[in-house]
Amino acid sequence: MEATDLTKRYGSIMAVDHISFRVEHGEFFGFLGPNGAGKTTTIRMLTGVIKPDFGTAHIMGYDIRKESLRAKQVLGILPEMANAYVDLTAWQNLMFQSELYGVSKKAREKRAVELLRKLGLYDRKDQAVKGFSKGMKQRLLLCMALVNDPRILVLDEPTTGLDVQSARLIREMLQHLARTGVTIFLTTHNMEEASQLCDRVAIINNGRIAAVDRPEKLRAATKELESIEIAFDRPIEIGSLSGLSNVIDAKKMGDKIRLYTTDPDDLIHQIVGYAKARELKIVALNVLAPSLEDIFIKLTEGK
Amino acid sequence: MTVTWDLSNVRISDQLKRAFAICKKNIRVYYIKGPVIVFGILIPLFLFGAFLIGREIPPKFLVSSLMSMSVFFTATAVAPAIMPWEGQAKTLERLVSSPVSIATIVLGDIFASFLFGVLLSLVPFALGLAIGVTVIDPATLLTGVLLASFCFSSLAAALSTWPTNIPSNVMMLMTFVKFPLLFISGIFVPIEKMPDWSRPVASLSPLTYFVDLARYSIEGINHYPISLSMVALTAFSLLFFTLAVKLHEKNMPKRL
Ligand SMILES: Nc1ncnc2c1ncn2[C@@H]1O[C@H](COP(=O)(O)OP(=O)(O)OP(=O)(O)O)[C@@H](O)[C@H]1O
Ligand SMILES: [Mg+2]
Repeated sequence: MEATDLTKRYGSIMAVDHISFRVEHGEFFGFLGPNGAGKTTTIRMLTGVIKPDFGTAHIMGYDIRKESLRAKQVLGILPEMANAYVDLTAWQNLMFQSELYGVSKKAREKRAVELLRKLGLYDRKDQAVKGFSKGMKQRLLLCMALVNDPRILVLDEPTTGLDVQSARLIREMLQHLARTGVTIFLTTHNMEEASQLCDRVAIINNGRIAAVDRPEKLRAATKELESIEIAFDRPIEIGSLSGLSNVIDAKKMGDKIRLYTTDPDDLIHQIVGYAKARELKIVALNVLAPSLEDIFIKLTEGK
Repeated sequence: MTVTWDLSNVRISDQLKRAFAICKKNIRVYYIKGPVIVFGILIPLFLFGAFLIGREIPPKFLVSSLMSMSVFFTATAVAPAIMPWEGQAKTLERLVSSPVSIATIVLGDIFASFLFGVLLSLVPFALGLAIGVTVIDPATLLTGVLLASFCFSSLAAALSTWPTNIPSNVMMLMTFVKFPLLFISGIFVPIEKMPDWSRPVASLSPLTYFVDLARYSIEGINHYPISLSMVALTAFSLLFFTLAVKLHEKNMPKRL
């Protein structure tokens, strides 16, 4: 899957600004960016739903504009704000979707049973989608994206807004698919999710790609942006923490204190010692990953 | 005709099958609903009833007009709103990401509307049989119903290209187009009894040709040659279909 110079402008907003990238066979590729970064717009151009102002995209060698039906035939797609037909049952939705891909009756019934089982919807297959929870709908949409046994799967924020269990089920399914050789392109604004699932991640902001690399490399590049947030049972003087090593910066935020560090593990040990020595109780302690905003600022200022 | 059947890559038979799948989905989701069916049966009867009050109308004229009205209203009743509904319900993006051309989607919408129009034309037809009206030329009547239902469904598909996801907006547009086409059509005043100046106007409405075919089949009177009426209905269908595909291709992204 290859995008070359994809560009889309909405009025004065450059939604996507000359984006190019290449996703290899069998790769799990993440597209990480905050709200309004241009992720959905890129996916829509990549999957032939909207026409780019400029640039091209190829899916397994097929030009998405010129050979659009061939390209779409090998894709599985889960759009960002999609919905199944709520008046139809889960089963009817799957059958309809399969027919759109020309899957034969026998094959589609077998596959639908398999998918519904895997995603824990088999017992509800004859229920109208109207009565489904958000997580169930999203799992059904994933089933719908897989009816044609796609070689390439494209998902736009598949776990956003879901409960932990549905999100985990979906992630496990994606990992399973990746192991069987399906190429996966996924957008997310969740750094954790991206680094847990993806082989490579592109970081996108304001319609441009800031960096493409393996998640651990991106992490390493932004190491000093990690922080620890602590709260003690009584207020302390922030200056008294200056004895701790490995602290890049310390900030007081309400009743909590945030310490930026390159070595969270070491710092936690020091804090425990510090609290013991002063007979302080630790009420809360969180290790915070760098926020996306922080990462963009860091990555873009390096250039 | 420059409809985008991408012949180099795609088998038409495959796309036709997928259009039937879309048709089946439309029937399930949009047509098999109590109010839709009741509306489809009642509206033409009601309109014609209103027109009838206080008049002496020959039964044959009544039945041919009623059938024309019925096909015209039922084939344009639901189809215009399907795209806005799909856009609003967020089912459209999934549909257009599938390997189906815009022409296939439009055809699926037209098929469902076509079946609805043909089936509900049986209501006034049965009414006619019940009051003793006989059909002189059943084959022409059937051909007329089929062509007309396809033609009016295509008209509805063309109007559904209006880029709004609010169904009532499209229905309003449909009403604005529907009533003028109805009034100039010769359904109330037979075309040969019209003043000279209004006949060319009547020829602009596709409904005129179906009314003429229906009256020929039932009353034995016609103004245009039978073949001309059939050609006209076919030509209007192709025009509306092409328009529907072109405009949907242009406007689809605005619905997402
Ligand atoms: N149809 C449209 N009309 C006008 N502007 C649009 C349209 N679609 C997207 N935009 C604008 O383009 C920019 C990129 O939007 P896009 O939806 O691609 O972002 P995103 O990365 O998917 O964000 P999110 O995480 O919120 O889904 C935004 O500024 C958005 O306002
Ligand atoms: Mg988005």
